[in-house]
Amino acid sequence: MTCLPELVPGQKKLGLVIDLDTCVGCQSCATNCKEWNASGMSAPLPDFNAYSAGAEGVWFNRVHSYEAGEGAAGKTVHFPRSCLHCENAACVTVCPTGASYKRAEDGIVLVDADKCIGCQLCAWACAYGAREFDEDEGVMKKCTLCVDRIYNENIPEAQRQPACVNSCPTGARHFGDLGDPESDVSKLVAARGGFELMPEMDYKPVNRYLPPRKHVVPEQGKPVEDAPTALDIKSSLLRFMDKVLTR
Amino acid sequence: MPGAEPHIDYSPSLGDTVKTTTCYMCACRCGIKVHLKDGKVRYIEGNPDHPVNKGVLCGKGSAGIMTQYAPARLRAPLLRVGERGAGEFKEISWAEALDIATGWLSKVRAEDPRRLAFFTGRDQSQSLTGFWAAQFGTPNFAAHGGFCSVNMAAGGLYTIGGSFWEFGEPDWDRCKYLLMFGVAEDHDSNPIKIGIGKLKARGGKFASVNPVRTGYSAVADEWIGIRPGTDGLFALALAHELLRTDHVDTAFLARYTNAPWLVVRNPGGADDGLFARDAEGKPLAWDRARGAIPAATPDLSAVLAGSYTLPDGRTAVPVFQLMAERYMAPEYAPEAVAATCGIPAARIKRIAAEIADVAFNQAITLDQPWTDVYGRHHETMVGRPVAFHAMRGISAHSNGFHSCRALHVVQMLLGAVDTPGSWRYKSPFPRPIPPGPPPAGKGARPNTPLVGNILSFPQGPDDLLVEDDGTPIRIDKAFSWEAPLGLHGMMHTVIANAGAEDPYSIDTLFMFMANMAWNSAMNPGEVIRILTERKADGEYRIPHVIYSDAFFSETVPYADLILPDTTYLERWDAISILDRPIGSSHGPGDSIRQPVVQPDRDVRAFQTVLIELGARLGLPAFTKEDGSPRFKDYADYLTNHQRSPGVGPLAGFRGPDGDKKGVGEPNPDQLQRYVENGCFWRHELPPEQSYFKHANAAYLKDSKAMGLIPNENQIVMQIWSEPLQKFRLAAQGHGAKQPPEHLRARVEKYCDPLPIWYTPLEQQMHDTTPFPLSAITQRPMHMYHSWGSMNAWLRQITGSNKLYLARERGEAQGLVDDDWVWVTSRNGKLKCQVKLMEGVNPDTVWTWNAIGKRAGAWMLTPDSPEATKGFLLNHVISEWLPAQEGFRSANADPVTGQAAWYDLRVSVEKCAVDEVPLTAPTWDTLTPPPELPPAPDMLRYTVGVKP
Repeated sequence: MTCLPELVPGQKKLGLVIDLDTCVGCQSCATNCKEWNASGMSAPLPDFNAYSAGAEGVWFNRVHSYEAGEGAAGKTVHFPRSCLHCENAACVTVCPTGASYKRAEDGIVLVDADKCIGCQLCAWACAYGAREFDEDEGVMKKCTLCVDRIYNENIPEAQRQPACVNSCPTGARHFGDLGDPESDVSKLVAARGGFELMPEMDYKPVNRYLPPRKHVVPEQGKPVEDAPTALDIKSSLLRFMDKVLTR
Repeated sequence: MPGAEPHIDYSPSLGDTVKTTTCYMCACRCGIKVHLKDGKVRYIEGNPDHPVNKGVLCGKGSAGIMTQYAPARLRAPLLRVGERGAGEFKEISWAEALDIATGWLSKVRAEDPRRLAFFTGRDQSQSLTGFWAAQFGTPNFAAHGGFCSVNMAAGGLYTIGGSFWEFGEPDWDRCKYLLMFGVAEDHDSNPIKIGIGKLKARGGKFASVNPVRTGYSAVADEWIGIRPGTDGLFALALAHELLRTDHVDTAFLARYTNAPWLVVRNPGGADDGLFARDAEGKPLAWDRARGAIPAATPDLSAVLAGSYTLPDGRTAVPVFQLMAERYMAPEYAPEAVAATCGIPAARIKRIAAEIADVAFNQAITLDQPWTDVYGRHHETMVGRPVAFHAMRGISAHSNGFHSCRALHVVQMLLGAVDTPGSWRYKSPFPRPIPPGPPPAGKGARPNTPLVGNILSFPQGPDDLLVEDDGTPIRIDKAFSWEAPLGLHGMMHTVIANAGAEDPYSIDTLFMFMANMAWNSAMNPGEVIRILTERKADGEYRIPHVIYSDAFFSETVPYADLILPDTTYLERWDAISILDRPIGSSHGPGDSIRQPVVQPDRDVRAFQTVLIELGARLGLPAFTKEDGSPRFKDYADYLTNHQRSPGVGPLAGFRGPDGDKKGVGEPNPDQLQRYVENGCFWRHELPPEQSYFKHANAAYLKDSKAMGLIPNENQIVMQIWSEPLQKFRLAAQGHGAKQPPEHLRARVEKYCDPLPIWYTPLEQQMHDTTPFPLSAITQRPMHMYHSWGSMNAWLRQITGSNKLYLARERGEAQGLVDDDWVWVTSRNGKLKCQVKLMEGVNPDTVWTWNAIGKRAGAWMLTPDSPEATKGFLLNHVISEWLPAQEGFRSANADPVTGQAAWYDLRVSVEKCAVDEVPLTAPTWDTLTPPPELPPAPDMLRYTVGVKP
């Protein structure tokens, strides 16, 4: 059993805001995360059966595509999934060795590989399937929120963001302090009705998803004018005869 | 039990070196920064300063490491030692490889240069490869545009002087309504993604007309699940509605299009349908006060409708009249097209009303003064903020050329071309319509270069590449009566025609980066048959096949000589201003690649090899007067080659001081200047040149000065296409050059000077009753235009494909997900698994393209899902239309020769329960070339962090 840090007033809660209105499922977040973290603090991210059947590797970001609703009224949804850095992180409290921990200073949930015994209890505890087990090393790995990027003084300030946010071509991913109501990400969540995944679990995930924007598609055309049953071409063109078009 | 938290290095180094270059994981040409440690790639990120991608990077680009270190990389030149296709090779030295190639090629060039067919695939160096082919003296050159985008290129370049994708883009910063047609994923990749994000953030509407609701269509505010191949008809119904409801920007039409130009009406006459012109050949318009005067008269008061008598007594009518007559006809009414398109009439009307509302009631006015070509000063720029985008889904039909033109006509009716908020030209476009001289290729002679560009622009029958009897001059029959505007060539017909020795046999097939024995062929089985066919004398039908590829693709075993290429991170390269540069609506630009990784194999950049072959063959442009090589390598060529005085492959940093744009003496430091600038050059247009480029005096003047356009004249958009009418007149019996009898009716019908819609040719020519479903493909965004299947990361995301069909239809056939089915077309059958879905047109099935791989290729084990479950729809597509009276045409657009991949019709039947759950058809497992190390079971790719 590992303890969670006590929340303090104004607690910093770094996390992601992911816009389902503009995620086109291009996999940029998945592969850019993979290449950063392949040589990042949890390196490597192994790929098993890399060139044969059953290829499967360790990924901190995965994008799922599915359909919701029936027929033309339905939607195709691209749903990026990664660690949500929960406030009530069951993956932490279940950890028998203290390997899984949540940082007091920014809320990031990390794994200390030296303490991890590979029991995978955290993976069972995580409701979101965000844990990635490295079978080769026998340790659990996971999204670090690119803790080796966001404070990295070797990276220009504008790019000190998680790799997935930096690379996202549609701008569907945002990073910031969701504990600060005045932060850009908090304002975005408020403006767009951002929601948390599976609130009934009471894991209090930090990450938020933004729902698709609602565009009302009228069922019928607004009555421009009655559709003529037969067009009188000559008289229609007469309208244009009267237009003298001076440059 | 909280323990001490471990030490974290918050500021690890990103490596010891960072280099900029240009991505080549697809055709998008994004700027990247490659971080290296000890010469190995640690991380690839988007370059924030780059104009194309502005720092972002897609799923492919971010997986470039796995392509760079793919086990399928070829390692040395190979010479075939067994039968073709058996995959028996021996490694040879470059000296030997170049000797062999030079021997074959010099003989061909000395005897009949046409017998070299030089076809390059997704080639971004066409300004070199095309030039090399002309120097060699063969007309038989093209790249992959003929099976990708030529309908869009030709449709645009002959209509508005630019085109969707390559030479134009939506005004992503200002458009309020985006209408995207057909499969358009990743043409181009990141700019569209960035743009859709921006458009949606500011509350604009995005409507997608596409049979399938995936990718961009998934985030569209409205999805219009049209039936494949009917987009043109839908567009013309929009035109009908705009005309009917008087939502037409007549001022735009009168100023910027040929709507007021007078067309001679003389049915049966040799001048019927041609423009009325004055003695100097200038097109005439009807001025209310002055009658017929040159349309370019600055103070013209043009009439758009009516019929007029010219001074010489002939009758003429304005283009607008002809257009309006056609599209206001009942056959284009929404009610008339609804069933064909699969879109209710009310919905078509509503969409027409929506775009009209945005264009005319929500117009944008910028307080930006500018001056037009007539010297008139305008205080503002008024824009119609409706933008269109279209690409492959329109292009890959045999009615795609006209469908593309139909879209452009709707844009012109809305006044939505290069205005604020609309579709905009990417500089250096617009260019004159058409943009260049006719294609070179006539009079090929031994040891003699062709003068001019091989892929260029016919204006009429005299410019076609045909013999006096109408026989095609090119092996692929591009620029013949079968494909008069075959601007990109017809790579999909080369091997089939060579196999049939029609119009003649060839000696050497020389290919680069084109997987013609697999997913790049319309019918891979037939290509394999022809490449391995022997004639009666025992010689191969195509005696020599030379192939350059960086990887062990399915085509490698079918070549006699393999010239192994470098990867995109290992070479100098150029996205040349002479080809398809990275210009945007913000200004012209071009870019380079620099080597960021040293090859660890005995491979050479194809372009450098080609330049050396050019010198060995004594091609004049590649040889000095004393016979020695003119260029050391591709980098030397990029710096020092001049196509015309002062104009070279790269437009930036020219002149001795590197301060000249477009035109200037070669600068020995040019490549270094590019490197210092992030491997690109760009000229940012001043605000007064940003819009109305086709008629913007300052823009046209500056573009002319930079050598980007030949003159400063207004570029008048062509609703009525006179070149098409000239082909049609020839078909009607006029002029010295006329189509052969078996093509006469076809040319007359399809070379219509106004956009038309017709049922795709293949569907007209066979009984489609047994094949009720349209079948189309698309590439997933993480693989589009990418050699992706050996990429260890990308193949985990998509390693096999299924056939998607509408749930209701699948359930009616008793199908459930993962059932195995036979897919049958007139051309054959294949076996695959199905998946039912909601977001697909009910009369359509589709799959991801090019996921299926031949067993053994790409160093994937034969049990890989790509080979056991993945499939190519290509196996049931034909490269031929059904034969008629002993003659068969290519399965292609009758105007451009564009491969008609998406015209396919199929049936789907559940497999018997006892059938093997493996895809079919299959071929023998390919054997890797010698010395290629086996692929590892497990990857633990990491650089520099842990020991």
